[in-house]
Amino acid sequence: MRAARTSVVAAISALTTLTAVAGCAEKSDGKGSDAVQVTASDSACEVSKTSFPAGHVKLAVENKGSKTTEVYVYAPGDRIVTERENIGPGTKAVVNAEVKAGSYEIACKPGMKGHGIRQKVTATGKGKAAERDPRLDKAVAAYRAYAQAQADETLPKAQAFADAVKKDDLAAAKKAYAPSRVGWERTEPVAESFGDIDPKVDVREDGLEKGQKWTGWHRLEKSLWQTKKITKADHDLADQLIKDLKDWRKRVGTAEITPTGMANGAKELLDEVQTGKVTGEEERYSHTDLVDFEGNVEGARTSYRLLKPVASKNDPALAKELDKQFAAVMKQLDEYREGDGFVSYDTVSETKRKELSDAVNALAEPLSKLAAAVVSK
Amino acid sequence: MTDVSPSRRALIGWGGAGLALGAAAAGGTAAALSGDDSTGPVDDGGGAVPFHGAHQAGIATAVQDRLHFAAFDVTTDDRAELIGLLKEWTEAAARMTRGQAVGDGAVGDLVEAPPDDTGEALGLKPSRLTLTFGVGPTLFRDKKGKDRFGLAGRRPEALADLPAFPGDDLDAARSDGDLCVQACADDPQVAVHAIRNLARIGMGKVAVRWSQLGFGKTSSTTPDAQTPRNMMGFKDGTRNIPGTDAAALTKHVWVSEKAGPAWLAGGSYLVARRIRMHIETWDRTSLKEQEDVFGRDKGEGAPYGKQHERDTPNLKAMLPDAHVRLAHPDSNGGIRVLRRGYSFTDGTDGLGRLDAGLFFLAYQHDVREGFVPLQRRLARSDALNEYIQHVGSALFAIPPGVRDADDWWGRALFT
Repeated sequence: MRAARTSVVAAISALTTLTAVAGCAEKSDGKGSDAVQVTASDSACEVSKTSFPAGHVKLAVENKGSKTTEVYVYAPGDRIVTERENIGPGTKAVVNAEVKAGSYEIACKPGMKGHGIRQKVTATGKGKAAERDPRLDKAVAAYRAYAQAQADETLPKAQAFADAVKKDDLAAAKKAYAPSRVGWERTEPVAESFGDIDPKVDVREDGLEKGQKWTGWHRLEKSLWQTKKITKADHDLADQLIKDLKDWRKRVGTAEITPTGMANGAKELLDEVQTGKVTGEEERYSHTDLVDFEGNVEGARTSYRLLKPVASKNDPALAKELDKQFAAVMKQLDEYREGDGFVSYDTVSETKRKELSDAVNALAEPLSKLAAAVVSK
Repeated sequence: MTDVSPSRRALIGWGGAGLALGAAAAGGTAAALSGDDSTGPVDDGGGAVPFHGAHQAGIATAVQDRLHFAAFDVTTDDRAELIGLLKEWTEAAARMTRGQAVGDGAVGDLVEAPPDDTGEALGLKPSRLTLTFGVGPTLFRDKKGKDRFGLAGRRPEALADLPAFPGDDLDAARSDGDLCVQACADDPQVAVHAIRNLARIGMGKVAVRWSQLGFGKTSSTTPDAQTPRNMMGFKDGTRNIPGTDAAALTKHVWVSEKAGPAWLAGGSYLVARRIRMHIETWDRTSLKEQEDVFGRDKGEGAPYGKQHERDTPNLKAMLPDAHVRLAHPDSNGGIRVLRRGYSFTDGTDGLGRLDAGLFFLAYQHDVREGFVPLQRRLARSDALNEYIQHVGSALFAIPPGVRDADDWWGRALFT
């Protein structure tokens, strides 16, 4: 984590014209001429109209199926504008949303899982956003799925870490620490876009503001490696970490993700490596920096791969260079693999750290041009 | 690519016509003085020093006030990629010495992308920026003995590792390098901007190995000007080779066609040494001993027994181990090098001592008939050795000048 940063969300909302204010569900039945009737069943999701004026939109949902369902409104790139869970068979619900002009999808999810049955709808009005390249919408949706998967996979690993802490099992907790962070490190720009979660789970001691309580991974890292003692307070910290990570997992779907945001997020991940990992500051007690390092690079590479169909068309030379430099960094990292992780970073000499730093610079510099390659025609 | 970036001089023009005229006049003077030879001394008016010429600028050029020197490791093994970089560097260097931003400028039109130029020199004068490029022994064969670029056969004999001198305490992290760029300018920000942008352009092909800032010139290639003082408070290098003395330059500085190799004719050799001064102990030394060590008086800079700085020294009036006596051409069979060093202060070390000294830069036609015999003598006997230590060292061959817009740094070496 970085001590101070402009959140990705702030940066992105300035660029996007698809910002919509999430609505909230109401209990009234919402029958009225202006409401969009959504009839959900186990195999269908019918909407009474596919076009409506931008602004306040009311969805009157009726579940005629046998399974409990959910209704979502998605903006392009599968960003959740609003959602309503737990709509039981035979029940009705009203979902409200504020939407700007543009394209959306309404999804019903019988059984409350999966991609859902989707209907394309349009909010009409002034200031309609220019249609985005559908390949980029696909990239954003795929990246969101990746970010969600990382959060989903992190929870059991973090739970194993928390359990070990709560059993006062120092060795097991140390072993579970770095793997519990990988999913987070891979998708950190998304996590950081929810300004309140990062300071709770990934803050370092020097990043604390006055009066801020130190919680999260690095506080526990200090107990495990520095004081080498697990206290009762650490048990509570472990519980708190899980609670905060669950909050993260739940919110990934609502994150503002744009193609340029993905590209700049990839660059930010390399910034993290350059300022925090190469220096050994991030994991100053556990020295597991190389695990985070790899996570950051993997996350950046995923963004790049998803954007590559567009970027390689707009700037083939850049794509070639990025392929080469991603491979070069991963090859350097391979030198330090040990077991299913990496050697302790305090065993990596200054000379070798400089080699890593040079490789990161060699990748990050062209990566900073990816956003332009995504937007340019 | 259209040339949309406003030159620094043009920016000044927007601010005030008088200033713009002054800068233009200075540039004109520079061009007039140097003619076809870009390395001639220039007027000190913030103007531009011509980039193209028979010799690289930044050697015989009147010494600017500030330095940023960088040594690079080449990280790619791909010869074509290295050549591509040298072309890109040359283009950027030519632009920057004219006071222009690199690439599409510092405020490009794509807000999603970082600008090509880093921007800190916007609005500054060209400040007589010179960028001087060199190649080190490891470019021809690296430390493991590998000939990465098919250049091993082209390495001049004189470009061998410098011998170890008594008293050296060289830090590998501040020594050597496959390539170097010396940026000199009258404005420190202009010099730093140049190295920063070249390093950025080079990422993925080269990496900065070490770099050194110099804040004050310690030598002058203009005999009419005051000889600057070093960090010890003394004028040193009074008998430097003037940038206007074509005969001395030909004899002592430029590699002749006869000496070869052909790719280096019109070029030179550069020795860079980071010389740390033990400032605190020097400051506690009596004035008498300080003057004995140098062989000059501290106030005027006159040689022992003489009135004025430029009086012909009587070497025998000095102690046998006095610095001036040992370094003087008359004590060394007429050997002369062109000195272009800078004082540095990199803050303080962990013990509260000033990390300061002289970043020694000397150009010569052959190190074996220049720095090496000189330093052998000094390292053995110089009274100054009690107060200094050489902590970094590098040797580079400096190719001849970039002739025109189609030429590039190192072309003759690679083709």
